[in-house]
Amino acid sequence: MAILLDVKNLQTRFDTEAGVVKAVDGVSFHINEQEIVGFVGESGCGKSVTQLSVMQLIPNPPGRIIGGEVWFDGKDLLKYERNGSEMRSVRGSKISMIFQEPMTSLNPVLTISEQIGESMQLHLRLNKADARKRAVELLSLVGIPAAESRIDDYPHQFSGGMRQRVMIAIGLACNPRLIIADEPTTALDVTTQAVLLELIKDLVKRFNTSLTLVTHNLGVVARYAQRIYVMYAGRIVEAGPTNEIFAHPRHPYTVGLLKCVPRLDQPRDKQLVPIEGLPPNLIKMPPMCAFLPRCAYRINRCEKSHWPPLTPVGEHHSAACFVNLEATLENDDK
Amino acid sequence: MRGLTRKMSSPVRSPFRRDLTGLKESDVTTYIVRRLLQSIVVLLLVSIFVFLAIRLMPGDPIKLMVYESNLTGLSPQQLADLRHEYGLDKPLALQYLDWLGGVLQGNLGISVFTKTPVAKEIFRRLPITFEIGLWSLLLSIVIGVPVGIISAVRRGTWIDQLVVTLSNIGVTIPVFWLGVILMLVFSLYLKWLPVMGFTPLTEDPGMHFKQLVMPVICSSLFSVAALARQTRSSMLEVMHQDYIRTAWSKGLNENAIIFKHALKNGLIPVITTLGLSARGIVGGSTVVETVFSIPGMGRLLVSAVSNLDYAYVQGIILIIAATVVAINVLIDIVYGWADPRIRYS
Repeated sequence: MAILLDVKNLQTRFDTEAGVVKAVDGVSFHINEQEIVGFVGESGCGKSVTQLSVMQLIPNPPGRIIGGEVWFDGKDLLKYERNGSEMRSVRGSKISMIFQEPMTSLNPVLTISEQIGESMQLHLRLNKADARKRAVELLSLVGIPAAESRIDDYPHQFSGGMRQRVMIAIGLACNPRLIIADEPTTALDVTTQAVLLELIKDLVKRFNTSLTLVTHNLGVVARYAQRIYVMYAGRIVEAGPTNEIFAHPRHPYTVGLLKCVPRLDQPRDKQLVPIEGLPPNLIKMPPMCAFLPRCAYRINRCEKSHWPPLTPVGEHHSAACFVNLEATLENDDK
Repeated sequence: MRGLTRKMSSPVRSPFRRDLTGLKESDVTTYIVRRLLQSIVVLLLVSIFVFLAIRLMPGDPIKLMVYESNLTGLSPQQLADLRHEYGLDKPLALQYLDWLGGVLQGNLGISVFTKTPVAKEIFRRLPITFEIGLWSLLLSIVIGVPVGIISAVRRGTWIDQLVVTLSNIGVTIPVFWLGVILMLVFSLYLKWLPVMGFTPLTEDPGMHFKQLVMPVICSSLFSVAALARQTRSSMLEVMHQDYIRTAWSKGLNENAIIFKHALKNGLIPVITTLGLSARGIVGGSTVVETVFSIPGMGRLLVSAVSNLDYAYVQGIILIIAATVVAINVLIDIVYGWADPRIRYS
């Protein structure tokens, strides 16, 4: 599989009154062609900011991307001017985004037809009538009944799930190579979530598109992603194939995340274990491992060393931890 | 805002509801008719209020007229006759009904001072006041809104700071003071414009517009500044909305983002301000017309109040009230155009 998007050492900062927030601190990852990759982590760990940085959509001020490379189609997107024509020709046409809040992510005063059609008019040079015709097709593709009669409706005339379908249609409009879905179903109820994720998965497969799925829901990534990046405090702490990570987590944070998810294959009376403590303040980060204060497996070395880099622990699996967690966990079980 | 409902979401959809999509002409017509009926009630209340308020003012119009016309020496009987002639000896309720009856027939009453029907004079002066008002409103929109947009888009730059400072000054400057300063600078020192007065368009178009420049500047100053401030702040707010980020993610350029995605959303609060400004301009005509000696309705009102000329005061206030009510209805209709979430029901 060829690499579609290759991000190297991405660094994004936010200047706030309290200080500089290192929201993304040296993140590297890649997305292959036709692959679904999950980004997991709790709120504020930098997973969304990472994706927005790829698109150079970080509001500036207060945010700025201070380093890194984003290779796509043989070009480093970060070399492009933030809202310059080259960057704009990538947005929406080659990489598109599906945002979290379907209630606020659609423009309340423009019709659905307008909002789906405009990127096609822009990137595919369709005229208004053709764009509208294709918008209707897209709308029925994402499962909105009577698409023809609903195309001229406004967002407030749709329910949350329907609006998110519209967002998906917008994301697909120009047949992009990569779709970045930033918590696409978080704001929706559970049944709608499942239906929409299936829809996204099917459409991505049908159009041979890659998908970056940002979520804090481990169940979602387990089901849909082929690979996972686990993020904590602006860094990737573990990366690898989904099965591998669920079966053999190698970072204490991943272990903690998995322990607080109920599983069908475990006894019903088994307690869920939350991760103690709070995520660190990204303004005053100590040089050590960011997870150290909450870590149950820490050793002496952790407190004395600079934070551990992401190192391979298996063929495609890597983790940023000094502890040989697999050995430790086995000892625990005995 | 009564009668306007803002539907945030309507997930359930039946074939019957489909008619509600978009702005149906019949909806608007029904809405306007209902608003007009409401307006009649408002105007009735205003008329009662004005009628009573002017009579609560100290002084007696008949005596005032007699003194001013050098008719002193009239016997009490003659005064009573005069009072009777204008119906001022009747009970208040009856006086009001008499007046209201006249108003419904287009007769606004007869001035105690000029002894002529006031309607004729008011409608002669009305176009003058309205002309200044319309130019002022136009100027406010043409200057205030674009300046506010530029200021918001170039937030933090020197242009923005200049706009913020000037608009703060603009909303605080007293109009009468500005009028005098303008006269001093542009008429007396620079001699670009005539000091004051009014010439009908048909008589001398050049002079007509020259004389309007300063009054229009004065009467629009507040609303230009208020609109610029409102446009700036609402555009700033809109530019941070999620749907603007969505628009950026589609690859649109800044102009498309501002004019297609942000402006219509940003204009909704601006329309409210515009409505308030229009009312302000109507009310402000009293000051501007007095400062620049313009024979409009505003100045007529000022002299009528000081003369206790009941018929003029009542007539003019009623017309101002009707104008304001009409502006409100218009504003509500414009809301519906700008915000599809607003339904006329």
